[in-house]
Amino acid sequence: MTTAPAVGRPVDRVDGRHKVTGGAHYSADVRPTDRAHAVLVGARVPSGRVTGIDTDEARQAGGVLAILTHENLPGIATQPPLLPSLAGMPAPGQTFFPLQDEVVHYSGQPVAVVVADTLERAQHAAALVRVTYQETPSVTTVAQGRDDAYVPDAIFGGFVPGRSVRGDVEAGLAAADVRIDATYTYAANHHNPIEPAATTAVWDGDQLTLYDATQGVAATQLTVAALLGLSPSKVRVLSHFVGGSFGCKAMIWAHPALAALAARHVGRPVKLSLTREQMFTSVGHREEQEQRIELGADKEGRLVALRHHKLSPTSPFDDWAEPSLGVASQLYACAHYEGVYRLFRANTMTPTFMRAPGEASGMFALECTMDDLAHQLGIDPVELRLRNYSETDPTTKNPWSSTGLKECYARGAERFGWHRRRPAPRSHRDGDWLIGYGMAAAGYPVYGPNNPQRARARLYADGTAVVQAATPDFGTGVATVMTQVAADALGLPWERCRFEGGDTALPGIAAAVGSAGAGMISAAVHTAAARLRDQLVAQAVADSQSPLHGADPAAVTVRDGRMMLRDAPATGETYGDLLHRNFLPDVEASGAWSPSPESHHYGMMTFGAQFAEVAVDPDLGVVRVRRMVGAFAPGRVLNPKTARSQLMGGMLWGLGQALLEANYMDPRRGRWVASGLGDYLVPVNADAPDIEVELVDVTDDIVNPLGVKGVGEIGQVGAAAALANALHHATGRRVRKLPVTIEDLL
Amino acid sequence: MRPISYSRATAVADAVAAVAADPTSDFLAGGTTEVDLLRQNVLLPRRLVDINDLPLTGIEDRPDGGLYIGALARMSEVAEAPAVRERFPMVAEALVLGASAQLRHMASMGGNMMQRVRCGYFRDASSPCNKRDPGSGCGALDGFNRGHAVLGVSEHCIATHPSDVAVPLVALDARIHTEGPHGRQVHALDDFFLLPGATPHLEHPLEHGELVVGIEVPGLAMARSSCYLKVRDRESYEFALTSVAAAVDLADGVIRDVRLALGGVATKPWRARRAEELLRGAPADIGAFRRAAREELAAARTTPLNAFKAELARRTVVRALATLTGTEHAS
Repeated sequence: MTTAPAVGRPVDRVDGRHKVTGGAHYSADVRPTDRAHAVLVGARVPSGRVTGIDTDEARQAGGVLAILTHENLPGIATQPPLLPSLAGMPAPGQTFFPLQDEVVHYSGQPVAVVVADTLERAQHAAALVRVTYQETPSVTTVAQGRDDAYVPDAIFGGFVPGRSVRGDVEAGLAAADVRIDATYTYAANHHNPIEPAATTAVWDGDQLTLYDATQGVAATQLTVAALLGLSPSKVRVLSHFVGGSFGCKAMIWAHPALAALAARHVGRPVKLSLTREQMFTSVGHREEQEQRIELGADKEGRLVALRHHKLSPTSPFDDWAEPSLGVASQLYACAHYEGVYRLFRANTMTPTFMRAPGEASGMFALECTMDDLAHQLGIDPVELRLRNYSETDPTTKNPWSSTGLKECYARGAERFGWHRRRPAPRSHRDGDWLIGYGMAAAGYPVYGPNNPQRARARLYADGTAVVQAATPDFGTGVATVMTQVAADALGLPWERCRFEGGDTALPGIAAAVGSAGAGMISAAVHTAAARLRDQLVAQAVADSQSPLHGADPAAVTVRDGRMMLRDAPATGETYGDLLHRNFLPDVEASGAWSPSPESHHYGMMTFGAQFAEVAVDPDLGVVRVRRMVGAFAPGRVLNPKTARSQLMGGMLWGLGQALLEANYMDPRRGRWVASGLGDYLVPVNADAPDIEVELVDVTDDIVNPLGVKGVGEIGQVGAAAALANALHHATGRRVRKLPVTIEDLL
Repeated sequence: MRPISYSRATAVADAVAAVAADPTSDFLAGGTTEVDLLRQNVLLPRRLVDINDLPLTGIEDRPDGGLYIGALARMSEVAEAPAVRERFPMVAEALVLGASAQLRHMASMGGNMMQRVRCGYFRDASSPCNKRDPGSGCGALDGFNRGHAVLGVSEHCIATHPSDVAVPLVALDARIHTEGPHGRQVHALDDFFLLPGATPHLEHPLEHGELVVGIEVPGLAMARSSCYLKVRDRESYEFALTSVAAAVDLADGVIRDVRLALGGVATKPWRARRAEELLRGAPADIGAFRRAAREELAAARTTPLNAFKAELARRTVVRALATLTGTEHAS
C-alpha cells in the first residue's frame, strides 16, 4: 500500500470551515470575564506639544474606568532598538513609545487612552477628552523635505547600508552607448487588512496573557516584556486567528503594551482594537517616495551602469526606508552600480514593511526603465532581459542557490501569448479600446532567520499526531501546509495530523515575515517530525517483540503509520502496535533548524516573470486590466492551492499598486487625506482580471531542508511594472508615477 | 458613540411630529451614510426616529406613464423594477452603478436624495468645514480636492454631490414629495438641491421635521432611449469622477429633444440646460456634442488637482450622446 505524499497536494485549508462559519475567534473576539474596552485618542496636530488635557466631561460620561495620559501612565522600562522581527528579538515598529511626555511628533500619535465598561461608552468618552496643543510647523511630504535630505549610515534596522557601490558608475554611464534618466514618484500605501490590529490583555497576578493580532507571537512577547520591564517568562501571547496583515502586524506597535498597561491600571482584562481610521496612523505604512534611475547600456542592450537613488520621509526617531534598491541591484549583470537612500525627517510615524517591502517599488522603477530601453533599442523586452541575465548574484558574485528565471520568462511568455505582441505602441486595438501588452521580471530574496527555529511533534498510541510551533497563521495557510509537512515526515496521512500554533508556550519560531515563514517553519516541523519517526523506528528495531527487531533503521520506511522494511513490506508493524505494547500513551520529539553556514556562499532569491494585458479607453482614460499571467519559481510548493492563492493575491496587490492605492498628506494639516476604505481604494472583484499563475519547478538544496523559497511577496513584485509597461504599449504614454490614474491618460 | 435615544414610528404623522418637536432629532432610514457620520461625530443628533416601518415602499404607475417611487423603496428594488428598466433605463443604470450590492439593499430612495457629501474635510470632525460648522472655513479649497466639484462651486464649499440616481432624476424633472409640520409639499428636484453659495450648510429647502415621502417621475417617452454613463477610478463601489445621464429624441439625424444631466462634477446633480438648449434642433454629430459639452463646462472653476474633471466631463458628455445616438466617435 502506498500513500501519496501530502506535500504538493492542493489540500483544503484546515481552518477554512471555522473561518467561513464564524467559528474562528480572532484576538478581539476573546471575551474574558469582566472585559473592559480601551479606545485611543490620537493627536490632532502633526507637531508640537500637548498643553492641556481636559478630562472632566469624559470622566463624567457613564462607565468610564480610567483615562490614561502622559501625566499618569507609568513610564516604560526600556525602549528596545528597532530590529526586523525576523531577527527574533524585540521588534518595536518604531523606537518611540507614546504617552511618555507632552511632545507630539505626528498626527494620530496616541495622547490618551480611555477605558470604559463597554466599547460604545469608551468611544463616547474618548470623543469628550479635550486636548489643547501648541502646534509647531510640520514636514510631511517629499516636496517639503527634499532639501533637508541626508544619506543614513544604514536603514531597515541597520541591515541595509545607506549607500552601495560596485565599479565606477560615473565612468560606466559616460562610456554607455545609450543612457536613460528617469524619475518615478510613488504615493504612500497602507496595508488595510480586514481585521484591524487588536489586543486583549489579561493579567493573573504578575502573569500577563495577551491575545494579539500579530505575525509573530514571540515578537509581541519580547517587545511588550521589554517595554514593561517584565521577564518574557511572565508574558504569554496567543494568536489563533489573524485576519490578514501584509506587514502591518509584522512589527510590534504601541497598542499591545498600552492594552497591558490599561488592564493593569483598571484591574480588569482590556481589549484594545484600533479603528479603521487609526489603522492609517498606528501600524506603519509604505512611505511616499521618489526614485531616480540612470541607466547606461551598450547598443545590444547590455547594462553597463546603473544608478538608483531613492528619496523618502522617515520619522523623527528612526532611519527607515523600505529597501527598494535591493532586488533591483541583484537582478541583472551590471558592472557599475551605485544605490543611495536619502531620507528626511518628517512628522510621521516610522514607515514599515508592506507586502514586497521595497521590491515592489524598486522593481517598478527598474522594470519600467528596462522597458524604455527595449523600446529605444527595438529589442523585445523579454529578449532584453535574457541578454542581461546574471548567472551569479551581481552583488557578491556568489552562485544562485537555484534560479528558474529563464524558465519563468519562457513559460510566462508562452502561456500569455507574448509572441502575438507587435512592438509598436498603439498597434493593438479592440473596437474603441487600445490594447497593450507588458511584462516585467520579478525577484524576492530568500531570507533566513538569525536564530534556531523550533518545533515539537507528538504521536499518540491511536496513531494520530500533533505538531506544534509558536507561529500564528495570519491567513497564509501555514497551519494547513505544516500539517502536510509533518504527515510526510512521520509517514502518516495528513488527516491524522494536526498543527497547533499561535502560542508562545509552544516551541519558538521567529515572526513569519519576508516570505520566510513557509521555509523556516517547514524546516523546524520537518526536523521535529523526522526525529520522532527516527526515534520510533529506533525503538522498534531495538524491541525484541517487534517484527522489525534487529533491522537496519535505514532499511525501514513508514507509510500510513506503519513501519516496514522497504524491501519486504510485509515485515512491519504500526506505530500504534509499538506504543500499545510498550505502555506508551504517546511519544514526543523536538527539532530545531538554522540556515546552514553553506547558505552564506549563495545568492538566494525567488524569481518570476509578470505579463499583463490592458485595455485603455483613450477618450476617457479608463483602464481595464484584461489578463495577468505570472510565472514563478518558488522552490518546492508545499500546497499548490494555498500557494496559488498567495501568488494571485500578490498580483492583485500589484494591480492595486499600479492603478488605485494611494494616500497623500495634506501638508497644511500634516494629516493623511484618506482615513477609510471609502477613500483609500483597493481593487474590488469587478477590477480583478483573469489571473493565471504558472509554477516553475526548481529544486533548491541550499535554502532549507525542503527547498521552500516562499510565495508571500514575489507575486506582487514586477506586477505594477508589467501593467505600466502594458499601458505604455497601449497608449505610447509613459507614466512614471504610482498609482496611474485617469488624469494621467487623458 | 454618543448616547442617542431611538424610537420607531409607524405613521408618517407621528414621525413628523416626533422630529418636528425636537430640534436635536433626525429621521433614520437605511442608515448607510447616517450611521457612519454619527460614529464619526459629524452628525450630532440626540434622538433618532426610525422611519423604516412607515408605509412608503411602493413603486406606482402614474397615468402619464410616469412613476411614483416611495421614499423607503430600496435602491435595489427600484433598479430591478420592470417599469423603471423599460421606461427609464438611465435611472436603473444609475442605481446599479451606485454603491455596492449590500448598500443598495439597505439604502432608501429618500435617503439617497438626502445623503451627505463625501468630502474628507466634511467627514473629519476636526477639519474646518463650512457645511458642518458654518463659518469655520473650507478645508478642501486649498486642500486635497482631486474629486471635488468644478460646477456650482463657491468660495465657501466645493464638495461634490455624490448621488448617482439623482442625476437622471434631475434630468427627468422629478419631484420630491414631502410631509412636514405644514402638510404636504412638492419640490421640483432641481430646486430641492441647493447650491452652496454662502450657506453650504443648507442643502435642501426643507424645514426641520419635513420628511421625504416619495419621488414622482413624470412620464417621458424619450426616456426609453436613455443611458447613464459613469467614469470612476475603480469598476465598482466607487463614486463618479464624472457621470452623464442622457435621453435623446432623435428624428432623421436631428435631435428633436434632449435631457442631459451631469454627476460627479458639481455641488448638486447638474442639469445641463445650456447644453440641452444648444443640442435641441442640432444634428446628432460629434461636432454638436462637443460644442454643447464645451459650453456647459465653460463655467467650470477648477483647482490644479481637479482640472482634469472639466475635460473628462466634456468627453463623458460626448461619449454618452454618441453612444445613445449611434454616432461614430473618433478617439
